[in-house]
Amino acid sequence: MGGAFLSSVSTTTVLAQDPAQLLPAREQMAFTLGFHIILVPFGVAFTFLMLIANARGIRRGDAEAMLLARRWSQVAAVLFAVGAVSGTVLSFELGLLWPRLMGAYGAAFGIPFAVEGLFFFLEAIFVSIYIYGWRRMRPWPHFWSGVPVVLSGIGGASSVVAANAWMNQPAGFALRDGEIVHVRPLQVIFNGAFWYEAVHMVLAAYMVAGFVVAGVYAAGMLRGRKDRYHRLGLVIPLTVAALATPLQIVVGDVAAREVYHNEPVKFAAIEALGTTGTHVPEVLGGSYADGQVHGGLSIPSGASILSGSSPSTRIQGLSEVPAPLRPDDRLVTIVHLGFDAMVGIGFALLALSLWYALAWWRRRDLPRSRWFLRATTVSGALSVVALEAGWVVTEVGRQPWTVVGHLLTRDAVTTSGNLWLFFGATVALYAAVGAATLYVLRTLRRRWQAGGGATGSDVPYGPSPARATATGRGQA
Amino acid sequence: MSTFAAVVLFTGVVAYAVLGGADYGAGFWDLTAGGADRGRAPRHLLDQTLAPVWEANHVWLIFCLVMLWTAFPAAFAAIMTTLYIPLGLAALGIVARGSGFAFRKALVRTDQQRATGAAFASSSVITPFFLGTVAGGIASGRVPPGGNGDPLTSWVNPTSLLGGVLAVGVCAFVAAVFLTAEARRHARPDLESWFRRRARGCAVVTGTVALAGVWILRADAGHLFHGLLTRGLPLVLVSGACGLACLGLLRWAAPRTVQALAVTAAGTVVLGWGVAQYPYLLGTRLRIAEAAAPDPTLWALTIVAAAALMLVLPALGWLFLLHQRGDLDGA
Repeated sequence: MGGAFLSSVSTTTVLAQDPAQLLPAREQMAFTLGFHIILVPFGVAFTFLMLIANARGIRRGDAEAMLLARRWSQVAAVLFAVGAVSGTVLSFELGLLWPRLMGAYGAAFGIPFAVEGLFFFLEAIFVSIYIYGWRRMRPWPHFWSGVPVVLSGIGGASSVVAANAWMNQPAGFALRDGEIVHVRPLQVIFNGAFWYEAVHMVLAAYMVAGFVVAGVYAAGMLRGRKDRYHRLGLVIPLTVAALATPLQIVVGDVAAREVYHNEPVKFAAIEALGTTGTHVPEVLGGSYADGQVHGGLSIPSGASILSGSSPSTRIQGLSEVPAPLRPDDRLVTIVHLGFDAMVGIGFALLALSLWYALAWWRRRDLPRSRWFLRATTVSGALSVVALEAGWVVTEVGRQPWTVVGHLLTRDAVTTSGNLWLFFGATVALYAAVGAATLYVLRTLRRRWQAGGGATGSDVPYGPSPARATATGRGQA
Repeated sequence: MSTFAAVVLFTGVVAYAVLGGADYGAGFWDLTAGGADRGRAPRHLLDQTLAPVWEANHVWLIFCLVMLWTAFPAAFAAIMTTLYIPLGLAALGIVARGSGFAFRKALVRTDQQRATGAAFASSSVITPFFLGTVAGGIASGRVPPGGNGDPLTSWVNPTSLLGGVLAVGVCAFVAAVFLTAEARRHARPDLESWFRRRARGCAVVTGTVALAGVWILRADAGHLFHGLLTRGLPLVLVSGACGLACLGLLRWAAPRTVQALAVTAAGTVVLGWGVAQYPYLLGTRLRIAEAAAPDPTLWALTIVAAAALMLVLPALGWLFLLHQRGDLDGA
């Protein structure tokens, strides 16, 4: 992506006014994606936590582990349903909001989604078998029915991220007169940004699922429920999250340097850097206006050292971008603060992970301090904030482009209809669905607390009711 | 190559119409099952029947969208910029439906079940209606290849309304047949006759609408009408015959037989639309070959479809088998 190329596009497009649909379309996409992304970790990584508890339950006859797995799968049934339908809306929105992206680039951009469809199919099938197979299936076949869910979760998330990575570093297609005439599917999928974005997202999913679930049980322990059930409910997810966190820091560092090399404009926005130079300081916080950062804490040469391991590393500033294609100051501030929030929370979660690891290494036990439980309780919410902030960095940081170097967001948006009505209806519906989800989860928790330990209907792996007499076929 | 991609896409449409349709239809019977007391038994049955399979059935829709926008991007953009009102409403309906269903299953208080159930059931009727109007808009050639067609008349027109009503009716019919069989599997003769009566009534109504539809199509969508009476005629006849046979045998034949008949009756209606419209993607416009993506993209889709055939179909078969054996009734 060279500067000359950027300016050639700019001359043809700067004169156009932004369509009236641009703002509501962007708001709606951000809102629905931001909603859906919270549910993704529970589709991708929650099953893994369940399977750990499930295996422990079967192998050691651990009734508490089994009960946890069983209850988690009831929670997963709700979250997976909401995730599936909110993901479907995103598919519709790709066409309803961004028809000119799909119309012009669907032949390339669509391929990773086709692969994702395959994984989503497998995920939906096996998650149903796993969630509804508790009572009648044999223990190990039931356990193994959950394994494809974990694998297809990773595959599905990676495929969607491949599509997103392609927007950042488009590859594998040739254009003639603005139309795609040739496609190399493998280059589309395994584009330059694929590996680090995909690994970054999958690890993020494991962190969010781990910290959120651990946080729920930490909150219970703070209220005095320090039984083995709660300890196990904290230890399993927190161990997974604590293992993912240091890996994530390394992958995040790789990702940032890749962005420095391959997406210089996004990197300049992350660093809120107006003018190109060496010895660029790393500024934490602050806001960007008129080509420079105002406020914030400045670490001399920090950005240069982090991106090229030397203070003399040269970093491109936003002023190099032709004015019509430069992200405006407000967006730069959002990207910059989003990045700071993500990295800051990442390191806070790393500290929590180390604290936990240290205590476990020394005494095979949780840290005794109540502050540990408090920190674990908030870690769930913080990890969700970091996840959202990360997506803000990559999505807002790509603006004004939808497909970097090829398609501006204002040229991708639909030109028909009053999108504010659609957006309003969507917000109202999602608010109701979000509130109902939280309410349902709270109701489940109360019911379980009132029920105490394992009850009759909670006994798994009973005999099949009517294997011999079954005559009907399953309703489709 | 492009024709093959269109066949794969349309296979997805038929699968979604039948499998997803049966789910929507179950919601129709949920909506009309009466008050909390009277409707408890049928609702419980359809709840049990639907829970393990609805998400897998729903993925066919994603499959269709993905196939359409990758293999025929221009057609996808044209449809989306024209029929955005019914499609947007259908998308919101899908959210209300799926989450309403999952919430009701997790809740136990009657008033809460009623509220979430109402969201599930009413959106189960609205969503297939809107999707049916979309099908009617496409079939009657109201989506211009360049997109941005009339946002209102593209789906508020005789063919679209026929499509919407037929979609709701066919969904309800297939669901009632499936639930009749399911009631027999659970040895509930009372529910069996409850759903059988509804399957019959629904078949009569839907059949009448379909017959009346012939005249509507003749007046409103000549190309489709002509196609249905020539190339599509065998399918139309098969559909009608299966529907009648299903009705006649509902009480006596094995559940599997009547279910197969209902599926064939519903599937051939949709298939008839596809065959009648061939070789056009958008009613009478945009030939399949003109709208197709470059060959490497279609090859990639073919590989994905082949993988789906090898991985998804056996898995889906296992899911339905476990479900039929009653192994999936404990969350």
